[in-house]
Amino acid sequence: MPVRACVLTSSYRDSVVLMRVADEVRRRPGVREAALFMGTPANLALLEQAGLLEAEGRRARPEDLVVAVDADSGKIAAAALTAAQELLLARRHTRDGPRRARPRTLESAVRVLPGANVAAISVPGAFAGREAMRALRRGLHVFLFSDNVPLADEVLLKQEARRRGLLCMGPDCGTAYIGGVGLGFANVVDRGRVGCVAASGTGLQAVACHLAARGEGISQGIGVGGRDLSADVGAEMTCFGLEALAGDPGTDVIVLVSKPPHPDVLARLEATLAAVRKPVVVCALGLPARPRGDSVRWVSTLVDAAEAAAALARGRTWTSRPFADPRGARQRLDRCRAVELRGGPGILGLFTGGTLAHEARFVLEPLVGPVSLGDGADSGPPSHRVLDLGDDAHTVGRPHPMIDAAGRAERIAAAGDATEVRVVLLDVVLGRGAHPDPAGPVAVAVERARQRAAARGRRLAAVASVIGTPRDPQGLLGQVARLEAAGVEVLPSNAEAARFAALLLRPELAATLLGPAT
Amino acid sequence: MTVPGVFGGPVRVVNLGLELFAETLEADGVEVIHVDWRPPAGGDLRLAALLAVLDDEAESPEAPISPH
Repeated sequence: MPVRACVLTSSYRDSVVLMRVADEVRRRPGVREAALFMGTPANLALLEQAGLLEAEGRRARPEDLVVAVDADSGKIAAAALTAAQELLLARRHTRDGPRRARPRTLESAVRVLPGANVAAISVPGAFAGREAMRALRRGLHVFLFSDNVPLADEVLLKQEARRRGLLCMGPDCGTAYIGGVGLGFANVVDRGRVGCVAASGTGLQAVACHLAARGEGISQGIGVGGRDLSADVGAEMTCFGLEALAGDPGTDVIVLVSKPPHPDVLARLEATLAAVRKPVVVCALGLPARPRGDSVRWVSTLVDAAEAAAALARGRTWTSRPFADPRGARQRLDRCRAVELRGGPGILGLFTGGTLAHEARFVLEPLVGPVSLGDGADSGPPSHRVLDLGDDAHTVGRPHPMIDAAGRAERIAAAGDATEVRVVLLDVVLGRGAHPDPAGPVAVAVERARQRAAARGRRLAAVASVIGTPRDPQGLLGQVARLEAAGVEVLPSNAEAARFAALLLRPELAATLLGPAT
Repeated sequence: MTVPGVFGGPVRVVNLGLELFAETLEADGVEVIHVDWRPPAGGDLRLAALLAVLDDEAESPEAPISPH
């Protein structure tokens, strides 16, 4: 097939813009594949692997944009290349008008927007540290979405931020709510009296949405990035955030969401928590249960964190429950069991949210046995597997799976051929910045997986939870309905979805998780 | 500690990187300016690292500290 490519010199465009333009070009009649990438060595290798790199593309430099098209004829390919360039130009004109000049640097942007107080940085990780440091030195708080930022840079940035009394949220910070504004992937929720510090973007999203469902809002949501509680970073921003929320008059209750802190960091964290004179709920996923303190309540799931915080805000008592509606869950289980599942004994979790993947694993393991995380060679014998598709390893050169649904959809459909898989466990994350219809590609992929399984005489189940609110652009209710129409069992939280997946494999757990049948 | 003033808003954002985030903030009525960012030093990682070192050297230790 004719492959044509062109190189647009010194034309940096971000990965989401490139994905959108590639999607549009791919829809043109006669176009088999279209790819737009910056000319970094890693991206050129990907294009080469896909057979889309020809002589023209090989000379690209990292600051150059490569447009490559595979089409039915040379004429169609050439027209598609022209169309791609026009689409890129049109996008810029639509946003800015043809004449308006954009600032090229952070410094000139600050001059154009006096009083700027937050820098939102999502440039490639290798360059992000420098931009973040420049922002801090100009007195701006930093929301650092970029991943692949060197650990040493993170340490320096957070030390600099604390010295200046500024927030350095990230790197690898997916979500924050500051001063009533959602940054990054943010669900549409009300402001309220619960403040969060979260080492996880999807963790913060989940807590915010579960709080919203219980009539509570977020005062501030301070993301700190997944490495903040490592020995190197030393919980620098977690402690700073907790202290800030402790002094914030708009915050009545504090929630901390994290992975287990490094043992060297735990003491510092507990000292900071002990000094907070407000109720605190800590959800350190995977950390063994800790005794309940005077003002600190330790919980093990995200939904429990939100429920406990909502109860504390209202001065009510609260107890953890495996299912919010055990009777409904039992009816659902009976309905599912009426159709016999056939296939291997495995659960395959395909997650866009890293913390949701970890949470699912921690919920599943006591119920079904070992669960491997990732698809590496070391993840062999256990029949249950959970993948975090937003992990750095899966996002080099392409947008996060919450934006670009194609990669996960392929994996879901392929589960239909995987003889060891009986239940597919999923998250669907809504909110500003996310895919406009994340349930759509999931529903289509689940239907394909089922067809492929049926062709092999197998029958798959799909279980999911949706992180979102009715006011999100995608609409929570419509997204749930779309999944249910495709036969996906949608549970009200990620923890419940994981427990339900376990019940499908081990119905004898029903007595423990759902109570006695009535 | 002093509570960051930004907690009370208004939040004004300089956006570098994904244009999508500037679009969503604009749609939310937030003041935002999007930077037409390009990789420094033509994307050469080694030269870009040197530029960061030069930034550090240019920054005097007595640089004013003025959080918003």
